[in-house]
Amino acid sequence: MTNLTTREKVERSMKRRRASESRFRAYGVASVVFGLLCLVILFTDILRNGVSAFEQTVMEVSIELDGDYLGIDSQADPGAIKLANFDGLVKRHFDRDVQPERRDRRQLFSLISAGAGWQLQRMVLEDPSLVGQTVSVSLLMDDDVDQWFKHYRGHSAHPVLNEKQLSWLDQWAEEGRLHTQFNTLFFTNGDSSEPELAGIRGAITGTFLTLMVTFLLSFPIGIAAAIYLEEFAPRNKITEFVEININNLAAVPSITFGLLGLAIFINLFGVTRSTPLVGGLVLTLMTLPTIIISGRAAIKAVPPSIREAAYGLGASKMQVVFHHVLPLALPGMLTGTIIGMAQALGETAPLLMIGMIAFVVDVPGFITDPSTVLPVQIFLWSNGSEAAFTERTSGAIIVLLCFLITMNAAAVWLRRKLERRW
Amino acid sequence: MNYSSLLIAIVILFGGAYLLGRNRARALASAGGSLHSLPTHYGALMALWTGLPAVLLLLLWSLLQGPVVDALLVKQLPAAIQQGTDIEIQLALSKVHNLAQGAGLAANESLQPAVEHLLALEQRNRVLHMGGALVIALLGLGLSWRRLRPSLRARTEVERIVSVLLFTSSGIAVLTTFGILASVLYEAWAFFQKVNVFEFLFGTTWSPQVALRADQSGSSGSFGAVPLFTGTLLISLIAMSIAVPVGLMSAIYLSEYATPTVRKYAKPALEVLAGIPTVVYGFFAVLTVAPMVRDIGVSMGLDVSSESALAAGLVMGIMIIPFVSSLSDDVINAVPQSLRDGSYGLGATRSETVRQVIIPAALPGIVGAVMLAVSRAIGETMIVAMAAGLAANLTANPLDSVTTVTVQIVTLLVGDQEFDSPKTLAAFALGLVLFLVTLTLNFIALKVVQKYREQYD
Repeated sequence: MTNLTTREKVERSMKRRRASESRFRAYGVASVVFGLLCLVILFTDILRNGVSAFEQTVMEVSIELDGDYLGIDSQADPGAIKLANFDGLVKRHFDRDVQPERRDRRQLFSLISAGAGWQLQRMVLEDPSLVGQTVSVSLLMDDDVDQWFKHYRGHSAHPVLNEKQLSWLDQWAEEGRLHTQFNTLFFTNGDSSEPELAGIRGAITGTFLTLMVTFLLSFPIGIAAAIYLEEFAPRNKITEFVEININNLAAVPSITFGLLGLAIFINLFGVTRSTPLVGGLVLTLMTLPTIIISGRAAIKAVPPSIREAAYGLGASKMQVVFHHVLPLALPGMLTGTIIGMAQALGETAPLLMIGMIAFVVDVPGFITDPSTVLPVQIFLWSNGSEAAFTERTSGAIIVLLCFLITMNAAAVWLRRKLERRW
Repeated sequence: MNYSSLLIAIVILFGGAYLLGRNRARALASAGGSLHSLPTHYGALMALWTGLPAVLLLLLWSLLQGPVVDALLVKQLPAAIQQGTDIEIQLALSKVHNLAQGAGLAANESLQPAVEHLLALEQRNRVLHMGGALVIALLGLGLSWRRLRPSLRARTEVERIVSVLLFTSSGIAVLTTFGILASVLYEAWAFFQKVNVFEFLFGTTWSPQVALRADQSGSSGSFGAVPLFTGTLLISLIAMSIAVPVGLMSAIYLSEYATPTVRKYAKPALEVLAGIPTVVYGFFAVLTVAPMVRDIGVSMGLDVSSESALAAGLVMGIMIIPFVSSLSDDVINAVPQSLRDGSYGLGATRSETVRQVIIPAALPGIVGAVMLAVSRAIGETMIVAMAAGLAANLTANPLDSVTTVTVQIVTLLVGDQEFDSPKTLAAFALGLVLFLVTLTLNFIALKVVQKYREQYD
């Protein structure tokens, strides 16, 4: 056997080596495909669950705004309208319309959203002359009806609705009175314990205010720190310590920043919990490292020749930095800041610590009002027991992802548009 | 007068001071004096002198007013409360604050003097602190106006002030670290006064709720964090067993095999995984992955908990893939081409080159990347908070429900808490452990990567 030539040995081993080569390559392809597949599954899953959140089932009814029953007339002032019993009016209408047996009334009323009365009240508040007239409105239906109409229609059983209720619904659906419409309330309402009334406006406003605080604090401080470290800091132990520190902070778990916010901002300095102010402060500390690191990279990218030319014309160090280096580095810094903001936008854990998990119905008006933010709203809704909240959660996630994609696209666009190559 | 109008006033003063200073300097220059600096420097100097002290005062005041007001209020509380525990005092104080804000609480006679005192204090506080800020701003303006003369080295002074400001900004990062350490250490210290350190680190029973019950003889034994540590390790291990092979192989494929077009689209697409908020992953884990894992397990005749470590770990692994792949990609690309060429020249195939030349050369960098990914996994909160359980099981079975350090921190601190019960303080002790562990991992990763990078520079 030893009389094989080297060439023969190699040729014999080639088969095995080629097989191992293509196996290795296949592992690589499989890994990339797996990662991309996860991405696709994640997105389709969220979309599949969430798109229906943008539609809401309503029912066409002609309802008489009975002034006698409500105790108001067409000249009534808003205060009186707000006190009038519109819920009762809705119930009376359905009572007369369907004429259920006494023991079924509760079941009938549970099909209509608690927001139906409020819907009528809003109409009357806008136009008090409607009192006494018969108006046709699209009344909000309860979340169970909404789920049934969108996902279960045609099935004989439903986890929540009973046969009696299903028979009413089938009848309404056959009459063509039930239909879905764009869910405006999802974008104009604050949080609610009723899924059909719950919206993300409060969370979006809260997010906006929080991110505003974060931006106003972290951008100037981050840029200043980057300038100092890159241009002015002496090369010594202290600077090195600061640099290591910043790199470490970028990798510290975000929840630790929540602990810091709770202990320092809330317990020590008495900043009010649950506000965009304290949320913004915590997120500032979190995003600073990102901004500083990207800011330094942007400053580094400015060629020395520009600095030297400025020095040559007699500029001081400060003038070189602020008149020449900073304007050239700013687009890069901005890109880094947008990416930092996008991270802050998706952050949840530290905000739970500082009380932004509170149930807030009102839309916050200022940075000191109690509020919540979009990711926390998602977390809160994901714990909701009703099936309809699953849909809302996915809907809110779609909105959040849209914001994120916009921000990241803006960062990429900015980089392409403004970044110079020397 | 509220904050926003005060801020506007300061901004106007700031701008006004700048214009004043610049124009004065120009006037001086045209009157024949030769200026040391440009007129704008004189303006900037005056603006800084006007605005900075006022803003500083406002900042300090708003930070310190809460504790100071509370300290003054305590004296007005009824004697019985003053001698009570800290909790009672805190409770009374928050009642007083609520009453003063007109919250619909039943009025309490004994707290009435304190409420009135608070209202008076707030009135005085507002006048004092807005007035104080304005006075200081005007003082600064006047002083700098008097100092302004052609020979004043305005540029030097402005630059010195600005460089101090820049320095302070970079100091904030350091302050943050110290803030985290100080706050976490302080609270953890308070916790260890109540619970033995060794109990905490080596105890095997974790049930923080039990310790709160009054009829419990003591809290000993209920704060053993070992189940949390093992739970965290279990989930991280599952996550890493997904993320490391997939991430590493993706990096190798993308940097060694893929065509430029594939690389151009696949790399950023993979990185999208890192940009998705963790709460979205958590929801995905609960909604889709956990039921799937359960169904598969049941079909194989296994007993799977609805909140299994496996589901949380799998999803976390997916999230971490890009951390591993991006960092490994960087280090693989940093391996000099000459090494590859040498290997090919000796007749090695691509995979042999990768396995026997590139991976060993890039190993320190890959280790660093994995370290960072591990610290990311250990510190990850939302996925586990949503998809892992709350039950502190001491188990290595990935199909069981486990809890992690971060989940417990969240559960202990969300909602209303009293602030010196061992229950809430325990969260800070856990935070301390988490911080130290991740800090160590980051530090090692940083050092390994740094050391490696020097080899080819």
